[in-house]
Amino acid sequence: MKILVCVKRVLDPQVKARVKADESGVDLANAKMTMNPFCENALEEALRLREAGIGEEIIVASVGGGKTEETLRHGLAMGADRAIQVVTEETLEPLAIAKVLKQVAEQESVGLVLAGKQAIDDDSNQTAQMLSALLGWSQATYCSEIKIEGDKATVTREVDAGLETIEVKMPAVMSADLRLNEPRYVKLPDVMKAKRKPMDKIELDSLGLDTANRLTTLKVEEPEGRAAGVIVNSVSELVEKLRNEAKVI
Amino acid sequence: MANLVIVEHDNNEVAAATLHAVTAAQQIGGDIDLLVAGENCGAVAEEAAKIAGVSSVKVADDAKFGHHLAENLATLIVEVAAGYSHVLASATTFGKNVMPHAAALLDKAQISEIVEVKSADTFVRPIYAGNALATVQSSDSIKIITVRTIKFEAAAAEGGSANVEAISGGTDTGLSSWVSQAVSSNDQVDLTSAKIVISGGRGMQSGDNFSMLHSVADKLGAAVGASRAAVDSGFVPNEFQVGQTGKVIAPDLYIAVGISGAIQHLAGMKESKVIVAINNDSEAPIFQVADYGLVADLFEAVPELDAAL
Ligand SMILES: Cc1cc2nc3c(=O)[nH]c(=O)nc-3n(C[C@H](O)[C@H](O)[C@H](O)COP(=O)(O)OP(=O)(O)OC[C@H]3O[C@@H](n4cnc5c(N)ncnc54)[C@H](O)[C@@H]3O)c2cc1C
Ligand SMILES: Cc1cc2nc3c(=O)[nH]c(=O)nc-3n(C[C@H](O)[C@H](O)[C@H](O)COP(=O)(O)OP(=O)(O)OC[C@H]3O[C@@H](n4cnc5c(N)ncnc54)[C@H](O)[C@@H]3O)c2cc1C
Repeated sequence: MKILVCVKRVLDPQVKARVKADESGVDLANAKMTMNPFCENALEEALRLREAGIGEEIIVASVGGGKTEETLRHGLAMGADRAIQVVTEETLEPLAIAKVLKQVAEQESVGLVLAGKQAIDDDSNQTAQMLSALLGWSQATYCSEIKIEGDKATVTREVDAGLETIEVKMPAVMSADLRLNEPRYVKLPDVMKAKRKPMDKIELDSLGLDTANRLTTLKVEEPEGRAAGVIVNSVSELVEKLRNEAKVI
Repeated sequence: MANLVIVEHDNNEVAAATLHAVTAAQQIGGDIDLLVAGENCGAVAEEAAKIAGVSSVKVADDAKFGHHLAENLATLIVEVAAGYSHVLASATTFGKNVMPHAAALLDKAQISEIVEVKSADTFVRPIYAGNALATVQSSDSIKIITVRTIKFEAAAAEGGSANVEAISGGTDTGLSSWVSQAVSSNDQVDLTSAKIVISGGRGMQSGDNFSMLHSVADKLGAAVGASRAAVDSGFVPNEFQVGQTGKVIAPDLYIAVGISGAIQHLAGMKESKVIVAINNDSEAPIFQVADYGLVADLFEAVPELDAAL
């Protein structure tokens, strides 16, 4: 079974996002970027499926411009076999991304698509679900455990109430939660090897898809901060303040 | 304008989160109808019909909707959505799972986790773990929306008298089936609606030590939460997690114990009315958002707090 892993380049999770002064967006100039953490979990799972003899070729794909290639190279260094970059300088919405990824999944005849459950920049939490709908394949989101046997998979999902287990028919689209696995570290020789792995580039325009955005971002602003608090010196002072000042207990 | 709100439920009761989505629909304006899809869910439909401001409740009672599997439920939403300008659900794992699937079938964008309604087509939503707020305007004919519950009051659960209409429709796609659900903490106060929450982090050192927090929680009628580190370390199950990728909550009082205050944790609790931090590292970032900070060893401070209550 061929596996497609969808990966996104995002602002490093350790870096605090700064809004641009003209409120047009978040300032990403010279910011440290990485592979979306959830996408690393998705890729790690694909690698483990290959190691278990269930997965064969692993393709990492990303839709984006500029330095998206760097993120794909990281995926290749982690162990993916080849990469596909769908090149665009535009910021596409999840629906458009899903349309693009659908074409890639079909062209490559993959049997499983793994994505992250959400991208930590836009926090949409949509792409995998949309892709499942467009492909007409089973959907398993927020996975913390995946067991594939033949033409079906048993998946444990992290939901608000706890853990839900479902069984899905293959082919399927699955989205990874952070507790699915611990992504491996990339070693220097892997980085060198990744440089020689195949990287296809497809121009977005050549796909002939309607990827027009449906949303216009009018402005991006910083949320109101919290007023500075006080340090209390003892538990009794804390309890007194919660009772008489804040009146919350 | 007409709003359709997808009701979240367990075939017995309407989930509290749905009441917040109804309020968002009220702010958009126009009629509000509810869709209840489930199996043997008549009681849910009756309860839903009493929610204030609702015109009608459509009920699809069918085994194929019994466990709210996204593929089947989305086909029904697509059929019903045709008559509406806005389709809303709460941004819980239920809404987040099914709504994008339905949106894609309709060839519409989804506007995720709105925190404010500016007008019928313009909404505010947090991005970058809440470190930025984007105002977005939608050009779609049907707007598919998930609602961040903490930013909208709950609609009154009583007072309405909507008519209840049974409908059929939707497809049994046969793509997935439900196996089981593990709920490990059903005697807990509900984390998302609790007025007081006390959360523990890596500093708690073990799951056993969480009994200190449960003891305080019992006295305050509070729910217990946790940081991702505490969940990853196996101290408590996943449904305790507060943060960007866990639950987003805004209680009147949030007490963070042995939690450093990473961006991703703050994303889930920084809208709380009053924040207390107990941490032995005075440099911990949690103190920057705390109204009351106590620099202390939690193993001394928490039992002392327990005794003082
Ligand atoms: C300032 C600013 C303004 C923006 N305005 C808008 C706006 O108005 N409307 C809007 O919809 N978006 C907007 N975006 C965000 C951008 O369009 C999103 O990256 C895109 O919508 C995908 O959303 P997401 O990454 O949150 O998807 P999610 O659904 O959260 O991503 C989940 C998973 O899908 C896969 N995936 C996502 N993107 C890609 C990709 N490019 N290539 C391969 N796999 C991918 C990954 O596996 C990822 O883990 C804005 C971004 C910024 C910084
Ligand atoms: C993509 C992504 C998503 C994430 N999502 C979430 C999320 O949803 N929720 C979340 O919480 N995190 C999330 N995280 C993780 C987050 O970045 C932090 O790693 C995590 O919140 C740290 O948990 P902590 O504060 O318990 O642990 P630490 O950062 O290790 O902090 C422990 C604190 O305990 C204090 N302490 C230790 N011993 C004592 C003592 N005896 N008395 C008092 N204080 C003590 C220490 O001083 C320290 O400040 C996410 C990370 C990523 C990359």
